[in-house]
Amino acid sequence: MKVQRLAEDNPAAVLTVVFILLFVATDIVNRAQGDGAFLTLKQISTTFLYAAVLGLMSAGQTLVMLTGGVDLSVATTATAGAFTVSRFGTHGSGTAIVLALAVGLAIGLVNGIGIGVFRVNALIMTLGISTITLGYLTVAAQKQFTALVPNFVVTLGSERFLTYIPYDLLVWAPVAAVIILGLRYAGLGRAIYAVGDNPVASRLGGIRVWQVLLVVYALCGALSAVAGILLVGFNNAADLGIGSPFLLPSVAAVVIGGTSIFGGLGGYAGTILGALILTVLDSLLTILNASQAVRQMIYGTIVLALAAIYARATAGAE
Amino acid sequence: MGAFALLFVLVLYWRTQTAARWGPFDVQSLAIDALPLCFAACGQAIVILSGGIDLSVGSMMSLVNVVSARALLHLSFRDALLVSLLIVAGAALVGAFTGLLIVVTRVADIIVTLAMLFVLGGAALAVLEVPGGGAPIRYQNLVTLDTLATKWAPSAIGVLLGAYVVLWVPVRRTRVGLSLYAIGSSRSAAYLAGVNVPRSRIVAYAYSGAFAALGGLALTAASGLGDPNSGTIYTLNSVAAVVLGGVSLLGGVGGLIGPIAAAFVLTLVKTLMILKGVDQNWAQVIQGALIVLVVMIGGLAVRQKGKGS
Amino acid sequence: MTGSTPLLDVRGLAKSYGPVVALRSADLQVFPGEVHALLGANGAGKSTLVKLLTGVVSADAGTVSLAGHPVRVASPAASARLGLAPVFQDPALVPDLTVAQNMRLTGTDPEAVRRELNELDLDVDFSEQARDVPLPLLRMIDLARALARRPELLLLDEITAALPSDLAERVFTVMAGLRENGRSVLFITHRLKEVTATCDRATILRDGGAVATIDPRERGEEAIVGYMLGPEAAHAAAEAAQKDASAVHAPPPADSAAALEVDSVTVGRVQDVSFVLRPGEILGIAALEGQGQGELFDVLSGQRTPESGEIRIAGRPLRTRHPYDAIRAGVVLVPADRLQALLPQRSVRENVAAPRYNRVGRWGAINMRDEGRRVRQAVDALQIDVRAGRQVRRLSGGNQQKVTIARWLASGFRTMLCFDPTRGIDVGTKRQIYGLLRQLADDGGAILFFSSELTEFPLVCDRVLTLFGGRITAELPGQAADEASLLRAMHGLVEAGDGEAA
Repeated sequence: MKVQRLAEDNPAAVLTVVFILLFVATDIVNRAQGDGAFLTLKQISTTFLYAAVLGLMSAGQTLVMLTGGVDLSVATTATAGAFTVSRFGTHGSGTAIVLALAVGLAIGLVNGIGIGVFRVNALIMTLGISTITLGYLTVAAQKQFTALVPNFVVTLGSERFLTYIPYDLLVWAPVAAVIILGLRYAGLGRAIYAVGDNPVASRLGGIRVWQVLLVVYALCGALSAVAGILLVGFNNAADLGIGSPFLLPSVAAVVIGGTSIFGGLGGYAGTILGALILTVLDSLLTILNASQAVRQMIYGTIVLALAAIYARATAGAE
Repeated sequence: MGAFALLFVLVLYWRTQTAARWGPFDVQSLAIDALPLCFAACGQAIVILSGGIDLSVGSMMSLVNVVSARALLHLSFRDALLVSLLIVAGAALVGAFTGLLIVVTRVADIIVTLAMLFVLGGAALAVLEVPGGGAPIRYQNLVTLDTLATKWAPSAIGVLLGAYVVLWVPVRRTRVGLSLYAIGSSRSAAYLAGVNVPRSRIVAYAYSGAFAALGGLALTAASGLGDPNSGTIYTLNSVAAVVLGGVSLLGGVGGLIGPIAAAFVLTLVKTLMILKGVDQNWAQVIQGALIVLVVMIGGLAVRQKGKGS
Repeated sequence: MTGSTPLLDVRGLAKSYGPVVALRSADLQVFPGEVHALLGANGAGKSTLVKLLTGVVSADAGTVSLAGHPVRVASPAASARLGLAPVFQDPALVPDLTVAQNMRLTGTDPEAVRRELNELDLDVDFSEQARDVPLPLLRMIDLARALARRPELLLLDEITAALPSDLAERVFTVMAGLRENGRSVLFITHRLKEVTATCDRATILRDGGAVATIDPRERGEEAIVGYMLGPEAAHAAAEAAQKDASAVHAPPPADSAAALEVDSVTVGRVQDVSFVLRPGEILGIAALEGQGQGELFDVLSGQRTPESGEIRIAGRPLRTRHPYDAIRAGVVLVPADRLQALLPQRSVRENVAAPRYNRVGRWGAINMRDEGRRVRQAVDALQIDVRAGRQVRRLSGGNQQKVTIARWLASGFRTMLCFDPTRGIDVGTKRQIYGLLRQLADDGGAILFFSSELTEFPLVCDRVLTLFGGRITAELPGQAADEASLLRAMHGLVEAGDGEAA
């Protein structure tokens, strides 16, 4: 089909079009409900504000999926990061942030060791780690402590400057730049693609695959923690479920963005668009007052549809 | 097999831990507790040995749970059984549809079943937003109270073995059954040998749907209630039971008996922890750690086998 | 030919993958009672034609008729039903099932298969898991299964590659037997000697179309090569071949420092093997299947550690726990299986540059200009055709193999281990690779060369060691390494005075 050919040759263009279409659709629905326009600078700005959290979790997920794996612990790691900030907020924002990053990094390292060194299946390892993390957090939450989210974090997570530019873009944009450039122009980027495309050939070429996996999962953990920091700033409080709505969307954003789940093909630029699309979709569903049930069903269907369009492209020649 | 040995050891340990009289009641409660996971593990095992994975198992169980809790509420025992059969058949069709999607869209099975997890979960919420509904008492007793021949043999186990014998045993050595192993072992070799790969994949996911439905019905019977979130934990646990039960995640190797034993082991571990007064959340942590450990050891075993070739 | 209706009549068959034309328009006729060879360089469309005939892919245009009726082959199962039995290069047996279960899987009567195996003078334990059966035997079982179906047309895809000669002989007997019964064989191979020895007719493909159908016994190998390469290329190849024969490649003096010393190494089937390889030298290893050459190359490339003995690189002992250690010491591997060396979805450039980023120290920013220069140099030196190049998997087999070698040109090396580097490659590319290896040696590299095609040794090597039962049985100077001498030594039949291992 011609549409499919177009999608294969210009994935970024197609995604951008979908994004704009969704935005326009949301605008139409909003007006129809008498709530005014949606296609405003303010709403665009809000969309980017919301999307940053998903964008950061999906960043880690992109790196992991490029190596042919998946990280189902990003949500609980983000929650852990959020929790750490809230728990140590009384010690100042600097300490709280550093500790949260350390927690994320540590969780990621554990994943990396399990998957890279012990060759545990990534799905199982990260799912197990997420169960452990959540269990631990539940126990820890029952203990007494003063919860405080430092002002700096709140500003970072929820406020804007120059009226329309969210502060969290100051975090997301540089991270995005580093990842996109790194994947293309850094040796580590090449190693990541190599490991995802053909781990056997990579090994014979001298790459220590476990090193690459360790780094990738550690980075993913750290990025999830960053997402958690922004989340807790946005909500001004940490609860145990804070990260969970982002788990499956983080995988979805990567897939929609054109990265193959088998590894070796794709990149972060597509994921960014995927995250934006999903965020607008969420707004649309909220405006439509869709019940949780309907939202979930629509979500699943759309993920599948978009993934199907790209499956043709990433499958390549027969 | 390892899982059985483990089970045996745990049961012995269990006996020493319960006060005074360990008896048929304990066996009965273990059976009730483990039944849903046993069914989930069966379905997951078939999908995994055919080279796939099904992340929607838990959601299917939730969906069947709420649907049956609403449908069976005011029915007679006989009608309830008939409707249950219909539900299982319907779930098999839904599973087949999932398989069809995987084949037609060429999207990885993880993604498709992940999407189905969403869709089926949402459907479950649509049917019942909060826990409710019920099932006829006699129906519930089938799982919770009845015994076969002796009071040491809960009918729950009878139902489990019955499903196993009816649904899997006649198939596993036939061309259809061997095809499932074949596509899991080497999809390309199977294709070149003339196996109808798409059809076999669809069959695998139909099995998963059917067994997940049985698991959901077990949940209804055991709890007497429908809860849209009742199935969530069974996805991860079913994969764990499959791995612990000797089925390779790479596909092509294993059967259903191992995962069933492993399901009992996992359930028993949880029971033992509660018995020892472990906080429920710590129990969850420990179970998660256990699963990871199990798979790690399983992974090392696969590597050892691989080294020989 | 017997009868005027072809058994298989292919006209105008075409297949493209997006912009890449794999098969332009192919015509092929196979008559009943005929052994027909299908030949062509890699990239000529041979493998695509095979895939089309066996239903693995579907055609864009053209017709296929079997015994006069047009047919559409939708899958390997369908092709089997139509009387066309394929035997693929990779045996279509599922590793985790037993041989008997594999038979049941395809609805084949195990007794019929057993009978065919008996005719082939082979005995197989049907209860053994397919994964435990050695590859050559697996191929024969696949063949027996195809024969048990009593096909009209047997399609053999490179079945003799990596088959020991005694089994290959039995395959030829089977082919002759089918011919006598009025059935036919479509025989795909790269080994021209086999074609002239066994086939009635041969169709040669070039650039996606059939260019000639000849009688190989009449016209001979050079004519076939001529058609495969095309007129100008054939002339150039003939010149090159003449140059090959007369080129004097100067081996290094015997007292120069060794690049690689193998000292009493034992590993797997290898028993107490010692030899020396010097810079500027191409040393050949000749062996029958499974005599230890695999383990030898594994241990030299860092995939295994020796059980006893020592390996020294430029005088220093080599301790490896990972291929990286060998590469760091300048020892690089060109494996037989291209799938082990290439990143299929990545570009030629990324593939060629890949080993440069195998350590943490190189994970920082890439110097793109430097990388571009190195890659270009390597690609030019090897004359790699990069037109299909955005993903290496779209390249032809010959070009892919060149990429695996190019990697090491771009990253630098001192010793190159080539394990059957020309397996499944067309004649033209093979000659290019021979020339390149000699060039690399002349520039100071040390090369260890294993091949399953004996004719290559005198063309490439300065010395040849033969391996039998894990031990070195003879050392022959390159020019003296003719087939007869090699075969004798490879079977362990060594006369006194035939030379010993260095």
